[in-house]
Amino acid sequence: MNTVAILLSAFVLSFVALLVFIWSQRTGLFDRSSRGAEVIFAPGEIGRIEEPAATAAGRGALQRTRDAAQGGATGHHDSDELRERARADASTGPVVFFFFCCAIVWLLVASAAGLTASIKLHEPDWLVQQAWLTFGRIRTIHLNAVAYGWAPMAGLGVALFIIPRLLKTPLIGARYAFAGGVLWNAALIAGLGSIGAGVSDGLEWLEIPWQIGTLFALGGALIALPLVFTLVNRRVDHLYVSVWYMACALFWIPVLFIVAKVPGVHRGVEQATMNWWFGHNVLGLFYTPLALASVYYFLPKIIGRPIQSYNLSLLGFWGLAFFYGQVGGHHLIGGPVPHWMITLSIVQSMMMIIPVAAFTVNQYQTLQGHLGALRDSPTLRFIGVGGLMYTASSIQGSLEALRSVNVITHFTHYTVAHAHLGLYGFVSFVFFGAMYFTMPRVTAREWPYPWMISLHFWLVSTGFATYFISLSIGGWLQGEAMLDAARPFMDSVAVTLPYLQGRSIGGAFMVLGHLVFALHFVLLVTNFGPQRDKPALFRRFSSRELVS
Amino acid sequence: MKNELKLISGAMVMLALSTSALVVIPYLQVHDVKPSPGLKPYTSAELRGREVYIASGCVYCHSQQPRPKEMAPDFARGWGRATVAGDYAYDDPHLLGTSRTGPDLMNIGVRQPSEDWQLGHLYQPRAYVPGSTMPAFPFLFERKARADKEDRVLELPPSAAPAGQVVVARPEALDLVRYLQSLNRSTPVLAAPADPAASGATR
Repeated sequence: MNTVAILLSAFVLSFVALLVFIWSQRTGLFDRSSRGAEVIFAPGEIGRIEEPAATAAGRGALQRTRDAAQGGATGHHDSDELRERARADASTGPVVFFFFCCAIVWLLVASAAGLTASIKLHEPDWLVQQAWLTFGRIRTIHLNAVAYGWAPMAGLGVALFIIPRLLKTPLIGARYAFAGGVLWNAALIAGLGSIGAGVSDGLEWLEIPWQIGTLFALGGALIALPLVFTLVNRRVDHLYVSVWYMACALFWIPVLFIVAKVPGVHRGVEQATMNWWFGHNVLGLFYTPLALASVYYFLPKIIGRPIQSYNLSLLGFWGLAFFYGQVGGHHLIGGPVPHWMITLSIVQSMMMIIPVAAFTVNQYQTLQGHLGALRDSPTLRFIGVGGLMYTASSIQGSLEALRSVNVITHFTHYTVAHAHLGLYGFVSFVFFGAMYFTMPRVTAREWPYPWMISLHFWLVSTGFATYFISLSIGGWLQGEAMLDAARPFMDSVAVTLPYLQGRSIGGAFMVLGHLVFALHFVLLVTNFGPQRDKPALFRRFSSRELVS
Repeated sequence: MKNELKLISGAMVMLALSTSALVVIPYLQVHDVKPSPGLKPYTSAELRGREVYIASGCVYCHSQQPRPKEMAPDFARGWGRATVAGDYAYDDPHLLGTSRTGPDLMNIGVRQPSEDWQLGHLYQPRAYVPGSTMPAFPFLFERKARADKEDRVLELPPSAAPAGQVVVARPEALDLVRYLQSLNRSTPVLAAPADPAASGATR
């Protein structure tokens, strides 16, 4: 086969397909009004903030910020519609609570494993007697606890909460999601156990043996069922942008996982290209859309203002769907893989700037004039930083795909820092914010200690800044040392040591922040702390509380 | 957007494009590539050692893919020529790796063939390479007061040898070293053509 012809035809074909799809979905693409963006508000609700994570005083300040910028709600809000939302919230409460509990447990497991692995990189004789504690295994336990524990449990929990709200329909069949969640977590326990015991499929991001992988597939399907039922039985005509991202993420991930895990197909170099097709798409087509959907929902909801340009979000969505899928090959630049594939991946990595710019401009325009809200809303503080980190990590990723940059950063800790900017700075921050918003709706109770939210925020922010800056510098110096033939290889090891220690210090702050978060979560659900007058778990909501 | 069918089918077409570009076409191009000249299938001891390599997560610090000379000084460091698809014909799972916290190992069997060195280095890397950050793997070995007849006893530098005891290799350690010794992609292959766009599986 002529590879140039394949490349050209694939490119032309896919570009035409992209245009056709945007055209076919265009209803109102050039319409300047953005009625679609208003679907997350009840009639008359625009101008009214919703931020259950803030204190009463914070909510007052938020509403004043909003009123100063744009004026408050115009009419009387429709209480029928708010009751509808309360019913949607009530239908998801227990299952969302279950998913968030799992997410927090895996966050703590992953934190402990990650910090241990980090320290081992500069203290190689620490904890070496046990096979399961060796760097290669504990690092992998960290990655899998994040990739299959914390991130999907938090993300799916948020999806289960948001989607019924967006479809104005109670969640149908929550028990399937429960069963799926139980199966999923059982699979993860088995998977981490087998990695610890040294049984592994040996592919990065896909270490858990495929036999256990079938449980993930089954569990994932069960979790998705209620969301599909709800989608089909929805009462709303228009699908909001968050629904696109979340629905597609739920359809993409099983294909990714099954193609990657089916035994006996992949081997040798082809397996390496498949490996990075999966490794990059699980970030780009699963965690990223779940987190972006959260930003698109919570940010306008908190400041009581629809997304500025709904059409830009359409471009952002289809751009992501098209370009992101093909960027994985940049992990193999310089490797023994077909060159056309690497070139294709580099081109599409640069093209990712289009959807990222669309998202960034949109968020910035929506927030304009409301920056004061960042001070009063805990949710917005996390989600705002997370959104900013999405832009930063995407631009960084595009640049890293260029051969001239990649030749330095490839094979170094710089890549690890970049991965954390995406999965921690962006995805995890957004999920923290979304959980702060959601939990008061689930428990019908406010967070007992607002200062703990601030402490969490500042611990993980300073910790992560230390982590990222330190590791990026160390990785860059490592790459430069490795590229200089005159310097021995050991130079590239020695030069990283102070930066690896810096990373461990930053990581320790992040772990502390997670402990504060977990403790606060426990205090909330066990009804500790002030405001005990309000009832605890799973009480039905009154519409009065929802408006407050 | 109002139609969920359009949405999902659009999304799946996008994924199909990415799958064909990064999975299906590479599969068609290289899945039946011929092994490089002189490359032999792994022996069963080497395969067992490969499992130890995978279980211990060596791949997270060691790549197996020297880059071309015009890109990086991998060859000058003694890591070997740039690899081609045929070099991995027997590799399942692949172990190309994406990190070089330690050096590339595609030709470690050529560079460091000594079994004594490999075993001792696994037991305590810093006794052989000062400043190394590789973890020690004491759980692949056993300390004994006296060696039995069939034991493989390690010849350790005095700094690493435990006082009054001998260190013997467990079977896993011996298998792992067999695998490391088998890593040899030094036989010449057809060099890549000057035009990189026309290379790929054919080179």
